[in-house]
Amino acid sequence: MAAVESLPPGTPSAMRNAFGTVLSALILVLIGVLAFSIRLFSVIKYESVIHEFDPYFNYRVTQFLSKNGIYEFWNWFDDRTWYPLGRVIGGTVYPGLTLTAGTIWWVLNAINIPLSVETVCVFTAPVFSAFASWATYLLTKEVKGSGAGLAAAALLAMVPSYISRSVAGSYDNEAVAIFALIFTFYLYIKTLNTGSLFYATLNAIAYFYMVCSWGGYTFIINLIPMHVLLCIVTGRYSPRLYIAYAPLVVLGTLLAALVPVVGFNAVLTSEHFASFLVFIIIHVVALVYYIKGILTPKMFKVAVTLVVSIGLVVCLIVVAVLVALVASSPTGGWSGRSLSLLDPTYASKYIPIIASVSEHQPPTWPSYFMDINVLAFLVPAGIIACFSPLSDASSFVVLYIVMSVYFSGVMVRLMLVLAPAACIMSGIALSQAFDVFTGSIKYQLSSKSKDDAEDNTSTKNAPKDDASSGKADKGEEVAKERLSKKGKKKEREPAEKPSVKSKIVKKKALVLPLEASIVALLLLIMLGAFYVIHCVWAAAEAYSAPSIVLTSQSHDGLHVFDDFRESYAWLSHNTDVDDKVASWWDYGYQTTAMANRTVIVDNNTWNNTHIATVGTAMSSPEKAAWEIFNSLDVKYVLVVFGGVIGYPSDDINKFLWMVRIGGGEFPHIKEADYLRDGQYRIDSEATPTMLNCLMYKLCYYRFVETDGKGYDRVRRTEIGKKHFKLTHFEEVFTSHHWMVRIYKLKPQKNRIRGRVKKLKQKTTSGVSSKSVKKNPWM
Amino acid sequence: MKKNSSVVVDLLLLLLAITVLATPAFSDLVLSKVERRIDVTSQIARVTKTLKVVNSGSESVSEFTLTFPKFLGNNLAYLSVSHSEGKGKAKRSLANLSVKEAHPKGMPDSISFYSVSLPKPLSKGDTLTLEVVAAFTNVLQPFPEKITQRDIHLVMLQESAQYLSPYVVESQSLSIKLPNARIESYSKLENTKVQGSEIKYGPYKNLAQYSYAPIVVHFESKAAFAVAEKLVREIEVSHWGNVQVTEHYNLVHRGAQLKGEFSRLEYQDRPNPQGVSAFRHLLARLPPRAHSIYYRDDIGNISTSQMQSDSKKTELLIEPRFPLFGGWKTFFTIGYGLPLSDFLFASEGKRFLDISFGSPMIDLVTEKLIVQVVLPEGSKDISVTTPFAVKQSHEIKYSHLDIAGRPVVVLEKNNVVPDHNQKIQVYYKFSNINLLSEPLMLITGFFVLFITCIIYTRADFSISKSSAAYLAKLQWDEVLATLQEVQNIIQKCLAAHDKLEASLRDLSRTGDIQTCKAARKSTDSLLKDLSKELRPLLASLQSFPSASQISPKVEELVAKERELQEKLMAKHTTVVEGYEKKSSGRDIENRIASQQQKIIALRQEVDDLLEFIDEI
Repeated sequence: MAAVESLPPGTPSAMRNAFGTVLSALILVLIGVLAFSIRLFSVIKYESVIHEFDPYFNYRVTQFLSKNGIYEFWNWFDDRTWYPLGRVIGGTVYPGLTLTAGTIWWVLNAINIPLSVETVCVFTAPVFSAFASWATYLLTKEVKGSGAGLAAAALLAMVPSYISRSVAGSYDNEAVAIFALIFTFYLYIKTLNTGSLFYATLNAIAYFYMVCSWGGYTFIINLIPMHVLLCIVTGRYSPRLYIAYAPLVVLGTLLAALVPVVGFNAVLTSEHFASFLVFIIIHVVALVYYIKGILTPKMFKVAVTLVVSIGLVVCLIVVAVLVALVASSPTGGWSGRSLSLLDPTYASKYIPIIASVSEHQPPTWPSYFMDINVLAFLVPAGIIACFSPLSDASSFVVLYIVMSVYFSGVMVRLMLVLAPAACIMSGIALSQAFDVFTGSIKYQLSSKSKDDAEDNTSTKNAPKDDASSGKADKGEEVAKERLSKKGKKKEREPAEKPSVKSKIVKKKALVLPLEASIVALLLLIMLGAFYVIHCVWAAAEAYSAPSIVLTSQSHDGLHVFDDFRESYAWLSHNTDVDDKVASWWDYGYQTTAMANRTVIVDNNTWNNTHIATVGTAMSSPEKAAWEIFNSLDVKYVLVVFGGVIGYPSDDINKFLWMVRIGGGEFPHIKEADYLRDGQYRIDSEATPTMLNCLMYKLCYYRFVETDGKGYDRVRRTEIGKKHFKLTHFEEVFTSHHWMVRIYKLKPQKNRIRGRVKKLKQKTTSGVSSKSVKKNPWM
Repeated sequence: MKKNSSVVVDLLLLLLAITVLATPAFSDLVLSKVERRIDVTSQIARVTKTLKVVNSGSESVSEFTLTFPKFLGNNLAYLSVSHSEGKGKAKRSLANLSVKEAHPKGMPDSISFYSVSLPKPLSKGDTLTLEVVAAFTNVLQPFPEKITQRDIHLVMLQESAQYLSPYVVESQSLSIKLPNARIESYSKLENTKVQGSEIKYGPYKNLAQYSYAPIVVHFESKAAFAVAEKLVREIEVSHWGNVQVTEHYNLVHRGAQLKGEFSRLEYQDRPNPQGVSAFRHLLARLPPRAHSIYYRDDIGNISTSQMQSDSKKTELLIEPRFPLFGGWKTFFTIGYGLPLSDFLFASEGKRFLDISFGSPMIDLVTEKLIVQVVLPEGSKDISVTTPFAVKQSHEIKYSHLDIAGRPVVVLEKNNVVPDHNQKIQVYYKFSNINLLSEPLMLITGFFVLFITCIIYTRADFSISKSSAAYLAKLQWDEVLATLQEVQNIIQKCLAAHDKLEASLRDLSRTGDIQTCKAARKSTDSLLKDLSKELRPLLASLQSFPSASQISPKVEELVAKERELQEKLMAKHTTVVEGYEKKSSGRDIENRIASQQQKIIALRQEVDDLLEFIDEI
């Protein structure tokens, strides 16, 4: 938007175009710098380190890739996780991010810039957010001209929702996927506007990159068909639409099937069916248009009735086959995450493991304000602006925002998809508003001077000024036209005519009084300033914590809680390299990446039974838990405990999920046993099952001796069972603030013959079979 | 216990060997006085000996033999012998003497021999005082070998109360300095005294060759038994003013191993903290003016460190991520920058780097030390001088924007103690021109980039110059240029219209008909010229097939403009006539009202059309 305003009026047109191009290039560079640097708060406030959980896995994969090369990577069977099952990393991971960072690292090292893999990983996300804001510029420019493009790019560069997933160190799939998403949309719109097969091919490649990067690619492959369908239904079918869509489906599906993690899913699962259905429809429509062209109207009518009757029959058959196919698969061919998108209550009903992840919960209203801030108010204005006039491109962004608003309402995580749409809409709204206000100010000023009738030149300028705001994008427009081919020009002309007419009409109608426009401009600038302040605050305070290092500001200065790394470092240096560590799955990725130890379960929650086993062990009494762990070859058990310093996301607070997930597979674990009157508590009112389970014991072992009472600062209560000894586990490490406690399984005691016999006599066959049931691995 | 028993066996063997030994090979010299001081306050046993050597034989002697029991000799990390002259206060130490490991024939394996070459042959009856400093690692054996967190850390030292020597010793004494007065046990021989934390043996008089009296001292040690299993120090010289030192430590606690639980509760117990055998921190004494210090490991920054610096030194107190108990290991990296001017000097056309060899950590034993000195790209004639023997090799390292790579001198040494912290010198030749190569490379790179951009935007890269698309593009450019011109002319016309209107307003104010007519005349001629200019442009525009969409619009524009022009002229004429007839203002206004409306409508249309063309 700045570009629009800062264009000096009155200079010769060509000169102004050149100047405008350079200026907008400069602004784009600055936006890139802004997008990059606003994400560096985490490095400055904390350190250059990988954040959270998933990024650690990606980092580890990237390390493997850079060390062993691409072929080893595809064939990588990871035996350090999901013990004893292992995991085929090459075939189950979206490789886009890893390959991107690996390539960057390789290129840098090839030209002798010896950056470490970690550094490259840390800064991949900020670099790609700069790319994403440029892609937003391109996309919005295709929709509403470069003024709106620049505004949208600037908004996207600092939208908090996107910052939350792409601060330096947040090395996750979303970091590159959002760029890929926007860029794919841009190429689609570009193809739609130009009808160029070149862009259609690029579009398929961009889609391929998106498929490589993130599971969210299904959003693209559903949104674009929906838009195509919308265009067809509203009578906007054109050969350009065909070129934009058909190659994407064919090439895109072929390319997507190349990615091991997608493979045949690209043609087998329901997520992709919409695209094939629309693919058929667009061919039918194309055929109809063709036939319409060669037949006389009368003949055409006959043909229509004939085809419709046959077509209906064929369609019915196809639909029946499809329904049968879909129905034959257990989840109806939809993956759990996708299903919970369609039915928001699906996950909490059937899959506790999906529901247990906080980012799969529906968002609250404040989180909208937190994540997209004033954009939420600008979006409706943007939608209105898109309807005047409605072009193919603007109908696409309208569809995009509508769909993403729905999806973000289902899952917090998908707020990320909403953010670019909101930025594009707000960019359009802001740009249009600025157009109107500055235009009317100029008009008013010039008409005033006209009234004075003193200055002749001003009258000469008047018409130009009036139009100048609209001319900002002329330079780009001209360049674009030059590139495009002659044939395409002809098609475009009719579409353009009415739009231009209506634009002119609108402009004339929207001349506002001078004072009103000035006030409105000031208000808009204030709104923008508020947005910037909020974004910087969010980037600096809310989203920069790496979550493996915690800090707290107390009266005697900054206090650092580095317990996680302390204990991972201990594990990595002071246990045997092949020891197995059991912990709740949250800490699996970190343990394999930072401590380099084999874990039982990790954040890639692909095997529910395995996770349930660990959950069962954690919620069983000591002896049963020891047996389960021993059968899994586990040597160390790691628990996270926040009771000493008041760290709320610890294992005791997650414990109910362990019980639920464990109980889902092994029915002898009942949630009710751990709840007193439906309430989850750990004080003296807690149930005996709760007070005797392994998790409770490992967390609170000798906890009472710290303050004499055993006051838990997270639950704000005194613990129920204070003095107890461990019989099957021994403490081997506890971190400085007690946040991580590591226990070792005691070796099996020598059996005394008499005792064993006695036990055998005591236990009846029924009881023993029950005990077998308790341990799923024996 | 295994280790201990093996040591005991060693001792027995040694004794056996000594009794068997009866060779007069070294008998010419007599040690008139031997003072030995063993300092075991740290994990290193540091032995200082003052030997007064007298030549009682007839021939002059140029070599002196030092002996150690094998179990000590194997752990010898550092040995330096210097001789001092003069007596009393005027005593001064002279240069170090060269020491070589010797393997004299017929000697038992249980004794290590070192031969010292004397500064000048010792003739009959002459005396010489030798100062011997030896440092041993791994000779303080933890006993018991495994302790729990609550236990204190006890270690054991084995030595001989009598000085083991191939020469006759007339008088000798030994003092052992312990870290504190808590002594678990010690061998009681005659003349044994305990003074606080010091045990004294002797003096013993007139000892025969190879006298040996084994003693064992068992005492508490609170010292950090920090051993770097491997330490890689990388010293990178940048002629832009910095020496960057990066040190990678693989640290292990070599004291008694921890057995049983580690309880954080007891470790942090305020009134009586337990786990004293663990060490919490290490002190690194860095050179003064060290800057940009960092302390991290594989998984990120370690926040537990403190730094104090003044003009003489920089002290860095680092705490590992977790307290190190016996047998626990850790890994970390520290790095710091040093000002180049403090370490790089020039001599005889060469430059040399003068920097200390060992680790800056206090009381740290390094089992394997690798020092890599990375010199700037383009350094030549590299040579190294070290005060002791090290293994040398050369490598090439590629760093920021290198083409030829930087030469690296790799120095390796095993079993390094703080006594090895002496300066080494790396000599090399380097021309300052090389400094500019990388900036120049960058400048060239960007220059080429911009040039390419310029060429790309200016030049025509179409593959086929005759293709329809290409021709269409060329034509389209022409169309656009023509359109631009048409627009300019129309703008000029409109400006002329405005002038005319202005003249009318002037007329209404001043009533000066003549000026108004003059204005009319000039405008007429101007407009005529403009329409002449317009004609060929329109013709050319029509000739372009690609402009078929636009040309009707342009024609419409021109027609409207002409119409507007006519209307305006008519209005002008009417007004002027009205004035000439001296009719009232209202009358004139009434007459031109309809015209005025048409003019406004036309003007509007022209503006719209102009804008539309502008959009193209």
